[in-house]
Amino acid sequence: MSSRDLILGRVRRALADVPRDDTPYQQAVQRDYLREHGGRSVAETVELLAENLADYRAIVHRCADEELPELLTRLLAGRGSQTVLVPPGLPPYWLKAVDAARVHDRATSTAHELDRVDSVVTACALAIAETGTIVLDGSPDQGRRRITLVPDHHICVVRVPEQVVSSVPQALELLDPTRPLTWISGPSATSDIELDRVEGVHGPRTLEVVLVTGSGG
Amino acid sequence: MSGTYLGMPAFPKAAHEAVHNTTLRGNLRHATHTIRAKRAAAVAEVSDWAALRDAGKQIKDHTLRHLDRYLVQLEEAVTAAGGTVHWAADADEANRIVTYLVKATGESEVVKVKSMATQEIGLNEALEAEGIHAYETDLAELIVQLGKDRPSHILVPAIHRNRGEIRDIFAREMGEWGRPAPEGLTDTPAELADAARLHLREKFLRAKVGVSGANFMVAETGTLVVVESEGNGRMCLTLPETLISVVGIEKIVPTWQDLEVFLQTLPRSSTAERMNPYTSTWTGTTAEDGPQTFHLVLIDNGRTDTLADEVGRQALRCIRCSACLNVCPVYERAGGHAYGSVYPGPIGAILSPQLRGTGSEIDASLPYASSLCGACYEVCPVAIDIPEVLVHLRERVVQGGPVTEQGNKVVLKPAKGHAAERAAMRAARWAFSHPGALRTGQRLASRTRRFHPRTLPGPGKAWSASRDLPALPAEPFRDWWQRTNGGRTNDGGTTGGGTTGRGSTGRGSTGGGTTGGRTTGSTNGGKDTGK
Repeated sequence: MSSRDLILGRVRRALADVPRDDTPYQQAVQRDYLREHGGRSVAETVELLAENLADYRAIVHRCADEELPELLTRLLAGRGSQTVLVPPGLPPYWLKAVDAARVHDRATSTAHELDRVDSVVTACALAIAETGTIVLDGSPDQGRRRITLVPDHHICVVRVPEQVVSSVPQALELLDPTRPLTWISGPSATSDIELDRVEGVHGPRTLEVVLVTGSGG
Repeated sequence: MSGTYLGMPAFPKAAHEAVHNTTLRGNLRHATHTIRAKRAAAVAEVSDWAALRDAGKQIKDHTLRHLDRYLVQLEEAVTAAGGTVHWAADADEANRIVTYLVKATGESEVVKVKSMATQEIGLNEALEAEGIHAYETDLAELIVQLGKDRPSHILVPAIHRNRGEIRDIFAREMGEWGRPAPEGLTDTPAELADAARLHLREKFLRAKVGVSGANFMVAETGTLVVVESEGNGRMCLTLPETLISVVGIEKIVPTWQDLEVFLQTLPRSSTAERMNPYTSTWTGTTAEDGPQTFHLVLIDNGRTDTLADEVGRQALRCIRCSACLNVCPVYERAGGHAYGSVYPGPIGAILSPQLRGTGSEIDASLPYASSLCGACYEVCPVAIDIPEVLVHLRERVVQGGPVTEQGNKVVLKPAKGHAAERAAMRAARWAFSHPGALRTGQRLASRTRRFHPRTLPGPGKAWSASRDLPALPAEPFRDWWQRTNGGRTNDGGTTGGGTTGRGSTGRGSTGGGTTGGRTTGSTNGGKDTGK
């Protein structure tokens, strides 16, 4: 007998007490928890996102769409970034004023090559206000998962208010589980030494989030 | 469960040693109190906590009750998404499968995300025996691995180490495994984290095989979820060419929507954060993004035996948040190593004896590693009634009875260590059914009471080491009853006799099977005596 059959057989014997007409899934789970916590206006939701991002040590910036190229240029220059990773579908005008050399997100590039890049700029799939989370789903303006992981500096642009949801339940409704997802809440952190929180271990030690308005979705 | 910790002494002995280690106790107290306060604040932020907790319990219960169906559904979904599913009945089989898969890649090292399941089966040791080096990449796991130590907490495995000890381990050991610690390393957490970053980065960047566990698996979509903070998880999940995930069969949730419950309750319960810094989800493989080969190894290793116990199966709801450890007064003092398992604390006390059976001394002692105060149940985000299962398992240890072992129904004999307890109960039964002998014994005991020892000899020694023995009254209750005509001659009795008299009356009238008239009489008598 294969281990598969062995295990499934053991499971079935173990569940001999469960009646055949056991309560179906839809009725077995009471979903009377909240879809979002508290009523907020759209502006307040964006405000909460900014607050919670900052609370977990992300650096939050705001600008209008037309100011974005100038802001990104300033942020990259401020860190002295010589090279910047660019996902294939990033709107070209975002980085039009940037001096740093562009490194393109290619399947063939090695982890060591990515490790030599100073910064990465991406868009996101959505952002969750209540938890201060940005979610990336690998779309062309976000690129492969590893490009937001290996470089030490990640700038993520969130279109507000269009891309902002209040809560985790609202986010899951909009996300596609067949895509690889990365949920990011602040920069890499650890609390493994005496439970003191330290920002920055293996992922980017600096996360900057730009909340941009007026980009027309 | 494998023998990673076999040969451990029973909990009382291990705990006895641990509580005398003042550094350990200090480290634990600091850590558990810090996280306890933070968790309470994080939970207080969500007004629907009770509803989320109920939903989490219901989702997990429903899944467990139909686990066969969801396992098959998961297998189909993972396979359709480009993954390969393997089934392992026990630790040895799981280790054989993983070793085979790693060897097939031609590699001799793997990077690992912290995973309870691979610790449970002793994967690192099994790989090492086959010449494959497994590098732990979670900071706390790295500290444990470099220190040739054992993890002592589910979430923070190096919770028993303070920053000075960690500095010493890094300075001494890092060079043995790869990039040495920087010269002049101090004990500030930021510097220590940085040393870990440099040390591990060279391993991440060259790794071809990653090994992980998973926090959740979604049956309907075949999606796996890993929740972490440092980014080491993302490194292991996305940089290697091959990813092998080793996951317990109980980690399933039926639908994608179910994650909305656990992604709210898990971070707040474990690290006391609104959300952990990184959560990764993947479904099979994705062209040109991340590992192009994905294996899922589903492990039983005692889980189906646990499932067969209608009271004990609720332990399989556990989402490994570790909130129960942080509130437990026993864990706080004894530390995680005393539990002799990768699952310490209250959840370990009910999970290990079920996964491994109660055959060993340590497993038979674990259901007693608790004060039954109930704090663990209060904080559990999936409402596992740990005290209920503890009492259930104590009964099993003492009395034996039907259990399932490796899928077979067997009748367990009472555990050896409890022979004295059973002998005492048998003696009591005999004495209570022989009134003459009982009377003589009681009188004798009263008259010799100044010669009684303060601690019990033999098997009772451990019990009386931490308790005062109750004082015997100068006069047995029966003598007092006769002398005072059932308390109607109001002489007040002898000193101390009142309290003891009331106690024995209660026990005597329920347990002794006396007549209705006498029962009423003795109850009244007892009350009068007390006043």
